[in-house]
Parts: sequence; C-alpha cells; structure tokens
Amino acid sequence: MTDVSNRNQLAYIAAQASDARVNVEFETEGMTLNLGPQHPATHGTLRVIVKLDGERVLRADPMMGYMHRGYEKLAEVRTYPQVTTLVNRIDWLGSFANEVPFILAAERLMEVEAPPRAQWIRTILFELSRIANVILFLGDMGVQLGAVTPVFFAFRDREFVLNQIEAVTGGRFHPNFDRIGGLKDDIPKGWTEETTGVLGRIRTFCDEMEDLVTGNEIFQARPRGIGVIPAEVGLAYGLSGANIRGSGVDWDLRRDGGVGLAHDQVDWKVWTHPDGDSFSRYWVRLQEVREACGIIEQLLGGIPSGPVMAKVPRIIKVPAGEAYVETENPLGVMGYYVVSKGDLVPFRVKIRSASFSNISITPWVLEGAYVPDVVSILASLYFILGDIDR
Amino acid sequence: MGLVENGKMPKPLTALLNISRKYSLWVYQWGLACCAMEMGAAFASPRYDVMRLGVIPFPASPRQADMVVISGTVTDKMAPVVRRLYEQMPEPKYVISMGSCAHCGGPYWDSYSVTKGVDQIVPVDVYVPGCPPRPEALLEGIVLLQERIASEDMTDRWTRDPIVVS
Repeated sequence: MTDVSNRNQLAYIAAQASDARVNVEFETEGMTLNLGPQHPATHGTLRVIVKLDGERVLRADPMMGYMHRGYEKLAEVRTYPQVTTLVNRIDWLGSFANEVPFILAAERLMEVEAPPRAQWIRTILFELSRIANVILFLGDMGVQLGAVTPVFFAFRDREFVLNQIEAVTGGRFHPNFDRIGGLKDDIPKGWTEETTGVLGRIRTFCDEMEDLVTGNEIFQARPRGIGVIPAEVGLAYGLSGANIRGSGVDWDLRRDGGVGLAHDQVDWKVWTHPDGDSFSRYWVRLQEVREACGIIEQLLGGIPSGPVMAKVPRIIKVPAGEAYVETENPLGVMGYYVVSKGDLVPFRVKIRSASFSNISITPWVLEGAYVPDVVSILASLYFILGDIDR
Repeated sequence: MGLVENGKMPKPLTALLNISRKYSLWVYQWGLACCAMEMGAAFASPRYDVMRLGVIPFPASPRQADMVVISGTVTDKMAPVVRRLYEQMPEPKYVISMGSCAHCGGPYWDSYSVTKGVDQIVPVDVYVPGCPPRPEALLEGIVLLQERIASEDMTDRWTRDPIVVS
C-alpha cells in the first residue's frame, strides 16, 4: 500500500512540473492532452487528462461525472419494484445482471426466497446478459487497436442474444423482468431449443475471434506487455471481475459468493491469466464468454418445474433492516447496500459498481505508458460510463 | 456561401444540393448513454445496416459531420460540451434527439443532475421516442429526415416544426 501511494505522489509532483518541463537529455516539452469527454475510445463520456513528457505519460487523471444521473438519490423516491427499472440502466450492456443483486438484497430483507425454477431462469438470463455485454468488448478491443471488422462480428451475433432476452422478457435492452420473490413470467415454449442454437453461434463467434484477432500477429504485438497490473496492486485498488482475474487472482463471486443463484448446480471453471497485461484481460474475457455458454447449456438441460413466483404481498413493504448483496456482474463485482425503514421506498441505497473501482487504477497503470498505448489500456480495463458515474 | 443561407439559389440547383445532402448524411460518431448502443446496433451491425440509406457513420470529428444523434442522457455537466460540439459542426446541420432522456429527462425526470431535454441547448429536427428506441425507430427517424431534406428550403429551415417519429 505504501508503495502505491508513494508512486502516486511522485507522479503528481512530476505532472505539476510537466507543462513547463524541459528534459535536459532530450529537450522535450511538457504537454497536456485532453482525452474526452467526447472521444470514440472512452465508450461514452469519460474525460482523461493526460500529462505528457514527449510520448510518455507522466500522469493521467480520469474526470468522472459527465454521466452522473443521481441513482442513489432517485432510488430513495422510487418504490422497490420501480427501482429495478432504474438500475437496469446502470450497466446498459448487461441490463438484467444489474437487477439481480438489488432484488436479492430486497428478498433477504423480506425473508422470501425465489422458487428454484425462478432461480434457474434468473441465472440463465444473468449469463445471457454477460454474453451480450462481453462480446461487445471483444469487438471493441479490436476497434481500439485499429481493426474495425471485429465489431461488426460482435454486433451481428449480439443481436441473436438480444432476441432471446427479448423473447422471454419483452425488452430487448432493459428487461425489468426480475421481481421480488421470483420472475414476472415463465419462459415461452420452444425457447430452450432456440437458445441452444444461439449458443452454437456464440461459440462460432468465439472461434472466429480466436482466428481473426487473438491469433493475429499485429494484434498480439500491441496489447502484450503493456498496462501490467500486479495482483497486489489490483487488489489494493479494488479491481474485480476479469480485470483482477487477468492478473492471476482466482476470485469469482459466482463460485465464492454463495448468493441465491444456480451457479453452484453446474460444472464450470474460473479462468485466470498470470500476466496481468492488456492482452490477458482480453483473453480472460474471451474464455468467460465460452464458459457462460457452457453454464447456460447445462442449466437449460435441467430447469426444475414449478412456479416462478413465490408468495409475496401485492403492495411490497420491506421490513426495517439493512442488507448488502454483491454478485459477479459482467464488469465485475456489483453490490447493493439497501437500508429499509419499513416503508414503500428504500431509505438508502448504496451502489457499489464495478467500473468505478476499475477506473480508479488508471492514474497508476497509465503512468509511464506511451500515448498510443493509452487507448488500448483503457479499452482493456473495459468500463461502461453508466457504471462509473451512476 | 451567403447565397445558400439566404435561399437565393436557383431552383434546379437547390434540388441538386438537396438530393446530394439527402444521400450523404455523415453522422458524428458519438455516444452518450444506453441509446448509443442501439445507435451502434443501427449503424455498425449488419442486420440494420444504415449505409444502405446513404448515411455514413464514420466521422469522429464534428467538423466533418452533417448530422448528430444525441443518443442518451445529457447531464448538466455534459450540456456545455454538447452545445460546443454542435457549434463546431458546419451548416447545414441536423440533430436527432434519441430516447426519452434526450427529449425530457426520461426516467430521470426528477434527478438533480440531468438536463430535462436537449432541445433547451440545441435545436432538434427529429425526436425518436423510446427507452431506448429500437434501431428500426432510429432508421425511420433518419428516413423521415431525408424526406424533409429532399424538399428543403434554406429560408424556412429555422421556423419549421420538428419531426416526431410515432
């Protein structure tokens, strides 16, 4: 920890001097580069102020808040079922996954448990939204490194996943399907067979990505060895998800968390990569898509019968208390701390979103990098602005 | 150049300019929030393929763009940036407001940090409602805008009503 803060302090001092700095050896001048708030590489409206000495980054400061919509305050004036409509829009690529931890927290307060069938379908949709989220990253990583083709592949196959989500929930993008005590509806007839077909397509997509991008010599040369995050630094900054698994930390809340989802019913593997560079984060995500396909396939084979909704009152009043539930969302650990005073609305909702912690490492990881690598390091950290600013 | 803004072009020339503008709308590559992903699906996915309409979604600089899609929530912190980017675009320029957030604040209608309507800061030509709108809805908005451009007169550009996709 002392190492981390020390390095930050030194970088800050260097950056303060950078604008007027003249490097004696190479006679370089300092320069401040403004990346964003509108920039194709920032997935939205992140602004990174990069202080340069020649081509080298002295210090990078992420400026957040351009997408701040005040979720925590808004949740205090929405009833519990209305909050899920809001939280859908935090991480807008994997919308269903956002609802799950909030609903689980509310269920824990109300002491109800969803029936097994609802939990299984929840897990299937949770993993489908992971696929919908991460395959866009796989396409986007190519775009940030100068290859436009992969994003067309990603959008093509993402449509099929969205179709499946829409067939169940009625919402292509923001399902708002999770309810306290279960799900709104059952899955339609013939859906499981269709989904199996879609999973085949996603697997083909992963193979294509391996051929097109991962195995490509030019692609390999760019992200390998840059943006290296050692495991202890990543943990100190609170990184989660594929970012920390790319640094070799074997930690996944789907396996270790023990929350009410059906991940423990199936056989799957947590992928890690020891290198901790940009490439390893990309590689771990690619394997996670494959693994999610396997999870869904196994779950589809054995969905238990029964109702999808437990007995809950029509007007939901959550008894007083507090609960914190976190799950392994597509971007990393997402948690909701819900405080209730026995009212129709939550008294306080604290949202721990993954990207906010993931982006906090940018000053550390970008320091000393070169300008062309800034974008590829940012891309490999994979953040979504709604998830940062909330 | 003054001739075009004054509307004093001869009629055949106006028709030629209009038809050229209609089929070469360059869209500024700029996403704000959730709607940006539906915009991305409309612009970059083979299923919706906006290029068959003569819309080119490549410029990453506002100075090369004819049209901008305000795709998502505009916050009070972002509003000056939106205005500035709009001002950097060359005339004639068109604005599509996509999604409820850009129209009126949408689900954040009572938020302290969201601008309730992008039309407070830039003039809007087309409203595409939805949260988020489907890519098909955005395509319809673009087609309706193209129909309007086809019979456009520069003198009444600033006085007409916006299109609402319904």
